[in-house]
Amino acid sequence: MIDIAWSQFTPGSALAGGVMIGLAAASFLLLNGRIAGISGILGGLLIPTKLDILWRVAFLAGIIGAPLLWMLAGDLPPIEINAGYPALVIAGLLVGIGTRYGSGCTSGHGVCGLSRLSLRSLVATLSFMAAGFATVFVARHLIGA
Amino acid sequence: MKYSLTSLFAGLLFGFGLIVSGMANPEKVLGFLDLAGLWDPSLAFVMGGAILVGLVAFTFAKKRTLSLLGFDMKLPTNTRIDKRLVIGSLTFGIGWGIAGFCPGPGLVALGAGEIKAVVFVGSMIAGMLIYEMIERSRASSAN
Repeated sequence: MIDIAWSQFTPGSALAGGVMIGLAAASFLLLNGRIAGISGILGGLLIPTKLDILWRVAFLAGIIGAPLLWMLAGDLPPIEINAGYPALVIAGLLVGIGTRYGSGCTSGHGVCGLSRLSLRSLVATLSFMAAGFATVFVARHLIGA
Repeated sequence: MKYSLTSLFAGLLFGFGLIVSGMANPEKVLGFLDLAGLWDPSLAFVMGGAILVGLVAFTFAKKRTLSLLGFDMKLPTNTRIDKRLVIGSLTFGIGWGIAGFCPGPGLVALGAGEIKAVVFVGSMIAGMLIYEMIERSRASSAN
C-alpha cells in the first residue's frame, strides 16, 4: 500500500507552477514555433555545425536567471540536494547521455510530447519514470535499508 | 532578435514555474519517485497543470504552418519507437533517480548558486559531449 506524505503534499503550488511551465512551453511554441525541450536546447549548443546559438543561450539564461530575479524580490524556496559529489557526477553523466540518446527529458517528452499526444514521447516518459521509481527504490529501500 | 527575446521570456517563465512548483528541489522530486516510502504525489500535479495548458496550445499550433510571430513551426516529425529512445530514456531515469535532478531544475539550482548543482550541470554537459563524440565517431566509421 502507498503511504501519502500529507505534510509534504503541496498540490496548490504544484499545480500553479505546472501551469506556469505549461504557459512557458505554450508561448515558446506559439511565438517561436519550437518545442521547449531543455536537454535538446542545451545539447544543440554542443553541436558545432548548429549556428542557432543566440536563442538557445537566451532560453537557458532565462532558466538560470529565474532564481536570481526571484532572490531580488525575496527568499527562494528550499533547494535540498542530499546526493554526495560522486553521486552527482554519475547522475549528471547519465542524465546528459540519456537525454541526448533518447532525444528528450521531462520537458521535451514529459510536458511537450504528452501535450501533443505523441506516442513516442509517452514511451519515453513511461521509461524514464519507471527507471526513476526503480532507482529510488533500490537506493532507498535495498541499498539504504 | 525578437526570437531571442521571446526565448528569454519563455526560459524565465519556465524557471519560475520550476521554482513555484517545487520541481527545483531535488528532495521533493525524490519524495515523488519514492513510491515505497512516504509518497509525495505533488509532482503529478505539476505535470498535470503543465499538460493541461500544453494540450490547448498544441491543439491550436498543430493547425498552423507559421508561429504567431511568423516563424516556421518546427515540430518533431520522428515517430519511431526504437531502442535508442527506450534505452536513452531509461538511462536518463536512472540518473534522475540518483540525484533528483533533471536538466531544467539542475539549471535553476545552478542559478541559485548551489555548488552541488554546478557539479551536476558540469557532469550533464560532459555526458552530452560524450554522446556527441560517440555519435560522430559512429558517423565517420560508417562512411
